[in-house]
Amino acid sequence: MKNTKRIAIIGATSSIAENCARIWAEQGSVELILLGRDQKKLEVVAADLLVRSPNTKVEVVITNFIDPTIIQKTVNTLFTPDPIDIALIAHGTLPEQQDCQNNLALNYSTLEINGISPALYAEAFAQHMAKLNQGSIAIIGSVAGDRGRKSNYVYGASKGLITRYAQGLQHRFANSNVHVTLIKPGPTNTPMTAEMKGSEKFASPEEVAKAITAGIDANKTVIYTPAKWQLIMMVIRHLPRCIFNKMNI
Amino acid sequence: MKPISSWGRLSHDHHHVIPLHDRHNVANLIKAKSGQPGIAYGMGRSYGDVALNPNGSLWLTTGLNHLIHFDASTGRLRCESGALLRDIQRLFIPRGWMLPVTPGTQMVTVGGAIANDVHGKNHHLLGSFGDHIQHIRLIRTDGTEIECGPSLNSEWFAATVGGLGLTGLIVEAEIQLRPTSGPWLDTETIPYANLSEFFELADSSEMDWEHTVSWIDCMSNKGQGIFMRANPNEDLKEAPKIKSEKKMPFVPPISLVNSLTLRPFNFAYRNFQKYKAGFGIAHYEPFFYPLDKLLEWNRMYGPKGFYQYQSVIPRNVGQDATQAMLKEIEKSGEGSFLAVLKTFGNKESIGMLSFPKPGVTLALDFPNHGLRTHKLLDRLDAIVKEAKGRIYAAKDARMPRELFEAGYPKLNEFIKYRDAGISSSLSRRLLGS
Repeated sequence: MKNTKRIAIIGATSSIAENCARIWAEQGSVELILLGRDQKKLEVVAADLLVRSPNTKVEVVITNFIDPTIIQKTVNTLFTPDPIDIALIAHGTLPEQQDCQNNLALNYSTLEINGISPALYAEAFAQHMAKLNQGSIAIIGSVAGDRGRKSNYVYGASKGLITRYAQGLQHRFANSNVHVTLIKPGPTNTPMTAEMKGSEKFASPEEVAKAITAGIDANKTVIYTPAKWQLIMMVIRHLPRCIFNKMNI
Repeated sequence: MKPISSWGRLSHDHHHVIPLHDRHNVANLIKAKSGQPGIAYGMGRSYGDVALNPNGSLWLTTGLNHLIHFDASTGRLRCESGALLRDIQRLFIPRGWMLPVTPGTQMVTVGGAIANDVHGKNHHLLGSFGDHIQHIRLIRTDGTEIECGPSLNSEWFAATVGGLGLTGLIVEAEIQLRPTSGPWLDTETIPYANLSEFFELADSSEMDWEHTVSWIDCMSNKGQGIFMRANPNEDLKEAPKIKSEKKMPFVPPISLVNSLTLRPFNFAYRNFQKYKAGFGIAHYEPFFYPLDKLLEWNRMYGPKGFYQYQSVIPRNVGQDATQAMLKEIEKSGEGSFLAVLKTFGNKESIGMLSFPKPGVTLALDFPNHGLRTHKLLDRLDAIVKEAKGRIYAAKDARMPRELFEAGYPKLNEFIKYRDAGISSSLSRRLLGS
């Protein structure tokens, strides 16, 4: 068995993904392939990883998040010459709900980038991993995908799509060596949320990344991070509509 | 807009927070909008209003936390300004390098450490943070970039080190790390009965001990306290166990630091440390950053927050002035919980507005009791002024402008390097804009 794990990270410039990469780099014996749209930003992340762990191999790949043909090709290329052991699918955006309600183009692109795009990436990795009967796919969903709420249902619906897609993949690979992990972070203190009230009390991306890397190692199917969100969302999912509809959330 | 506080929790005003996370895009984000100046904000560890700007912009730098380059042969680290001192220490100490100077908390950014030219327990040996910076990349709100260092645009460098964030936004810095044999220190703890004993200990320790600091009991005007000194331990290689952090879980309705708790605390702390007196071995984290294990300890002062008051007094009058301040504190009944007394070395700081200068520095904190606290601080001001001392701006939320002007004689020179699109509560209070 080879000793170096090959890890592909889609959306590697996101805070959570970057912190996962730092953990993996510091653990050592990994090859990190960082995928994203912006070469300059990816190179900043890559240089940081090399200072933290000079012996880690880090590669930068520019890709597209929307075009199915490019997604297919990109993932095909990742598996040559060596297979990918872990794929972390982490890209996404968090626009204002109100803006999505007023602007259907923004609504469409939000559903596309947070929902359809990660699903296509997951499927492309699944094709290769199914053949090899080996590998882990980790997708970052959200607690927002657990129940539609007026404050963020466009984002929530796209993350809900990921939830169902991951469930389906898990069912398909139940008796195999392919593992699919769905990650549902609660509100996280990242640049995306810096302007939100109380964001300094949100979980840190470091903390969330620790839970993700440990969860992937343990082949978990669903990770709520921080863990308290599992309980909170269980309550929210089961609230009767007459109570839920009175809540301003 | 969202409410933002500094470490002293004296105010919770609304700020327009602009997160920076892409160093190639900083110039666009901080470009001066008409009448909307901003100021950089990192970890929010400065106590007063140096990084506050109510109803204006705050440029949040914590997303600029990438390391850029490390030269393992020279120990020079280039990084973005939002990198945490904690992360640098944890990453590089196992590789044989460490930050030469760190303040009493490692939960601060490199940019904040430069802008406040922070000092540590080894000031007598290694000066302040700015003494180890080789290069700074500064972006101004008019879009210009300035590269500076000890021998490159050195006047910009002297303005920016200790420049309270007012000369431009520090985007990158290059730090000269120093070789280290590991994370362990040999320590010695010595009780002292009065200020004369303190100064004798401080003087006799400066030659042979790299780190010196002392805790002083403010509840008695005798000036008794506990002196601590340490040197790196060259032999012990064992990896440390990093204990998990605890958090002050809530803001109590009143300050837990009050007249009922102060006397017993000071008594207990003094006796606990006396009991521990003698030689020991300590890991650098609890020795250098004793409060970092209790995250958000600042909450214990209750909803009204607290004032920090750190002065430096020239050595020739240091003992008398310190004695006079202790007397005022005792008289007021407003005791201080975390009183720290330390001598600075003879090295003059690089920065035009750097705080450290030769003499003795006393750091105090007082729960905010409004007018009562202000009156005490005014009396301390009078002592500092007469002794030709100065107050540390990074900790200040209330010093009068004339005391600032008297304490920082290079102020007029500094003003030439200010960025017109940058302003803080502190700059408006002490520099007029």
